Amino acid sequence: MWPQQFDYQRADSIAGALAAIGADGKFLAGGHSLLPAMKLRLSTPDQLVDISRIDALRGIANGNGSLSIGGAATHADIAASAAVGAACPALAQACGMVGDQAVRNFGTLGGNIAHADPASDPPSVLVAVGASVTIASADGERTVGAEDFFVDLFETALDDGELITSINVPDLSDHQMAYVKLPHPASRYAIVGVCVALMMDGDTCGHAHVGVGGATVKAVKCAGAEAALAGSSLDDAALSAAVAALSDDIGEWLTGDVAYPEAYRSAMAGVFLKRAISAAKG
Amino acid sequence: MHVSMTINGEAVSREVEARTLLVHFIREDLDLTGTKIGCDTSQCGACTIHVNGKIAKACTLLAAQADGADITTIEGLAENGEHHPMQTAFWENHGLQCGYCTPGMIMASAAFVRDNPGASEGDIRHYLEGNICRCTGYHNIVKAVKQVADAAAGGA
Amino acid sequence: MSTRIFGSGIKRREDPRLITGEARYTDDIKLQGALHMAVVRSPYAHAKILSIDSSAAAGMPGVRAIFTGADIGDLAGLPTAWLIPDSDLKTPEHPALASDVARYVGDGVAIVLADSRYQAQDAADAVMVDYEELPVVVDPHEAAQAGAPQLHDDVEGNIAFRWVMGDREAADAVFEAADVVVSERILQQRLLPTAMEPRAASAQYNAATSELTLWCTTQNPHIHRFIISAVTGLPENKVRVIAPEVGGGFGSKIPCYPDEALVSWAAKKLGAPIRWAETRSENYLTTIHGRDHVQFVDMAASNDGKILGVRATVYAGMGAYLSTAAPGIPTILHGLLYVGPYTIDNVFCESIGVMTNATPTDAYRGAGRPEATFLLERMVDKVAGALDMDPVALRRQNLIPPFADGHEVATTLIYDSGDYEAAFDKALAMAGYDDFRAQQAQALQAGRYLGIGVTTYTEMCGLGPSQVAGAVGFQGGLWESATVRVTPTGKVQALIGASPHGQGSETTLAQLISSELGFPVDDIEVIHGDTTETPMGWGTYGSRTTPVTGAALAQASRKLKEKARALAAHLMEANPDDIEYADGSFSVKGSPDQAQSIQEVALMAHLAWNMPEGMDPGFEESQFYDPPNFVYPFGTHIAIVEVDPVTGSIDLQRYIAVDDCGPQINPEIVAGQIHGGVVQGVAQALCEGVIYDDSGQLLTGTMLDYCLPKADMFPNFELGETVTPSPHHPVGVKGVGETGTIASTPTVYNAVLDALAPLGVAQIDMPLTAAKVWQAIQNANGGN
Repeated sequence: MWPQQFDYQRADSIAGALAAIGADGKFLAGGHSLLPAMKLRLSTPDQLVDISRIDALRGIANGNGSLSIGGAATHADIAASAAVGAACPALAQACGMVGDQAVRNFGTLGGNIAHADPASDPPSVLVAVGASVTIASADGERTVGAEDFFVDLFETALDDGELITSINVPDLSDHQMAYVKLPHPASRYAIVGVCVALMMDGDTCGHAHVGVGGATVKAVKCAGAEAALAGSSLDDAALSAAVAALSDDIGEWLTGDVAYPEAYRSAMAGVFLKRAISAAKG
Repeated sequence: MHVSMTINGEAVSREVEARTLLVHFIREDLDLTGTKIGCDTSQCGACTIHVNGKIAKACTLLAAQADGADITTIEGLAENGEHHPMQTAFWENHGLQCGYCTPGMIMASAAFVRDNPGASEGDIRHYLEGNICRCTGYHNIVKAVKQVADAAAGGA
Repeated sequence: MSTRIFGSGIKRREDPRLITGEARYTDDIKLQGALHMAVVRSPYAHAKILSIDSSAAAGMPGVRAIFTGADIGDLAGLPTAWLIPDSDLKTPEHPALASDVARYVGDGVAIVLADSRYQAQDAADAVMVDYEELPVVVDPHEAAQAGAPQLHDDVEGNIAFRWVMGDREAADAVFEAADVVVSERILQQRLLPTAMEPRAASAQYNAATSELTLWCTTQNPHIHRFIISAVTGLPENKVRVIAPEVGGGFGSKIPCYPDEALVSWAAKKLGAPIRWAETRSENYLTTIHGRDHVQFVDMAASNDGKILGVRATVYAGMGAYLSTAAPGIPTILHGLLYVGPYTIDNVFCESIGVMTNATPTDAYRGAGRPEATFLLERMVDKVAGALDMDPVALRRQNLIPPFADGHEVATTLIYDSGDYEAAFDKALAMAGYDDFRAQQAQALQAGRYLGIGVTTYTEMCGLGPSQVAGAVGFQGGLWESATVRVTPTGKVQALIGASPHGQGSETTLAQLISSELGFPVDDIEVIHGDTTETPMGWGTYGSRTTPVTGAALAQASRKLKEKARALAAHLMEANPDDIEYADGSFSVKGSPDQAQSIQEVALMAHLAWNMPEGMDPGFEESQFYDPPNFVYPFGTHIAIVEVDPVTGSIDLQRYIAVDDCGPQINPEIVAGQIHGGVVQGVAQALCEGVIYDDSGQLLTGTMLDYCLPKADMFPNFELGETVTPSPHHPVGVKGVGETGTIASTPTVYNAVLDALAPLGVAQIDMPLTAAKVWQAIQNANGGN
């Protein structure tokens, strides 16, 4: 399989990319979400603007209590980044679980979230920790919270001609966190993926961040589960309450298929919440 | 459009359609047919090559994206007529049968061991999730990669 | 015989070209000026084709021609080549392009020929076909019911054949009188063979010589030549079929497909070389699928553990057309295996071949025998459960005692040799069966669910006597032929009609020739895959190349050795009876300094300066070999699993395989066959399975959804062997290409069900995905 015809341009700056993009064009970063969709003719842009060599989009920097990850930073770079490992280790874990090594070498976080596959790993981390997405267009720049960025199945807040310039992740190095997943045996995408970040005060959980993907049409921040965990000692009763609350949190967005139905994914979201908490506590 | 790159140490330059996949460029335009195509969806790894030293699935890159890159395919892995240690290990350990996944397996494994000398069997099995073999049951592939990984650790 | 090379796990002769990327598979071969073919395929599982408008496509860049079913009247439909007798068989027409009705998603309706592959596909996408959707049925059991959508006017009720083995009344009487009867509906789900090399075909026609050359991904080029000749009308001597390097087959490259006929036809029609290679998505839609049985199975036993009978009604999904060998798979290759390694006196099978709106099925690794072995081993475990007996004890009690030269079983087969209990004991010892049962009980106390599955099997392979082939309706012979040709300088070319495609036969067969004749193995080339270069043969499938081609080569080699002995005696002026042979050298008894090497003899045979009276010059012998019987490898496989009851995930912790394929020519190659076979069979149990929706759309149409086994699903395998030669084979060998697949599916399935027994789970349809295991646990204990 191969894509339909299109025009290809390579941009060497953000401004150049924004100037080049046409009405039915798409930005090409690693292409590891876009090209498979184009090969299967699920996506048929008439123009690709290659942004993979724009240095300004590739960096990973930590400053002012926040990680700034360029939209064209690869999953492999993020997984291996010491800065990410320190500030948001669950994101490094999640990026390290995307596809396989060859896919991670080229696929980018910006491309990943623009594609908004609900079964991809990083989005549940991004919504859990309250990351934001900086988006540029010919009209200027805007920043959207991760929760608002992911709108629905394969649907984001991105408008035509908008480019993800950075993903901004709060420095949660004082949290204990983990991303765990139940992989689909064929695709290795998440049947369910859960990110948990815990602010512990001794044995008490001050607050918790919880995000779920895979089981849902988009990554979902789970406020109910967070509330159930906050202030608890993460004992069995609190965990059960959190699992019950999580079920409500994701209920509206739950999805499934013939092989892995909703009921199973819903139950596994609870199971993997507990496993994520256990992994976060170490 | 025009693309230029270095493949197996040789500079090449061709006119291609923008949509030309790198794997088709390598196989059809350059007639380097050792790189295989086994799926449409980046799963099987038969098309694994090295792009600027990193493994890549050539079916999921445009030739245009590799413009200016330094590429190694299975045909360029041997040096001075000597098999790469991973090629030797696959041969010695019966790590192949029909041979179709083999170029991709060897390219992926060679990069892995270069970056992870001393990798464990579990590491190897996990890493190979991006390469599918239908013949060997992986047993002898894992054995081959482990042999090279052990040797690499010993020599480090 | 020198034993040094026979039995040595030498490196494969095939590998240098494969590890360097120098091997040439079909789609690696460029043909000057070739056009590329793309096939317009039906997006509907069942639809009337109302009209086809190719006018827009015809004007697209690079497009040279577009043909529909109406244009290919001179290309005959694809034949079915296994016509099961006494089964009321119907063989519906299978045109290379559907022109009135498309019957499965992927059924070809038009072809486009263009300058490049991309252009051909672009134009194929632009061919406008107007369809009228028809009702769809994909489940073979449903398709056989009254009122189901009908696929073919001439296949009433969708029943293509109804094959009966045994006496139904006699079997029923046994079941009525039995102490215990266990029953189960077993789903042998559809599988995608997924040879890593997708299918490809390229053809070139030379108008001056009227010769067609077809390069294609085939396991049997001589059968392909026969069929391509038949469908195109070109005489067989003007058709050359070449199987270049072939990247696995597993049965899926046995059949002759529409695409191969179409490239051949188009090459002649257009006078240009034609190339075609399927994508993986096309492969999953149009290359044959395997299995697809719905089985209703009963087993009867006495209270003291004697298995009395097996009875099954099988609905076998044939898909939309009868593929080349399809009718033979759920019948001859299935029912005849119903006693396995056990003494079971009463067997009955009714196998119903059913047309469905799905991809045609045909032989997939094991082909009928895995489906038989699974039902047998599953039912044995169920009998053990019903009797509260240890399944190992029950198996042991019913095993056929050792036999070295023939044992007739209730299905009328005569097994060649077997010592089932020896392999059984060895595997149990390797697994530490008794200790495991103690560990299992202990683990359960700790809330961990471990399980063990034990399969004993035998199977029928090395297909097979041609007389039997004829009696069961196979439209061909099942012998093989080989020529051993020695050059004047003492190098060997062995030409075989079989067509290995990953099995390592170039190595194994060279070892066999070397051990027979004494030429160094590196001086022997095994040449295969080209109908012009090689003698007739029926192909590589059914674990038959080493048993059948190997026998032909052994006998041809022995003829050469006798010729060499006579010539050596003549040259050394000795009596032939006084000639001793060892390691490639002939010497005169009592005069060890007088010797002639096989190479020297070969040279003298070529020079023919001094030949004995009546001896022809040259040093080459051919042998046609028709095996007197099948071969019956056997063994015991054991799996240990742990099930996570919270997620339903399964961890395969250990896998032990003890197989007996007679003497092993190359133990490393044998091990490789077992490793690969086991993984394919385990994957059927755990993760592989085709899913169609109700409209016949393939939901597992890519590797994203269809779960092929990956390296991290498996432990290192623990292999053992016993050696029981086949009494009728020149070197005693049996086939080993399918044993792993045949044994491993029930082994792992039974292990998982053993682990789940304390949770009250008694049955789950394969594949045992985490979701299905989890759901079964919920159902069994009400979610508590």
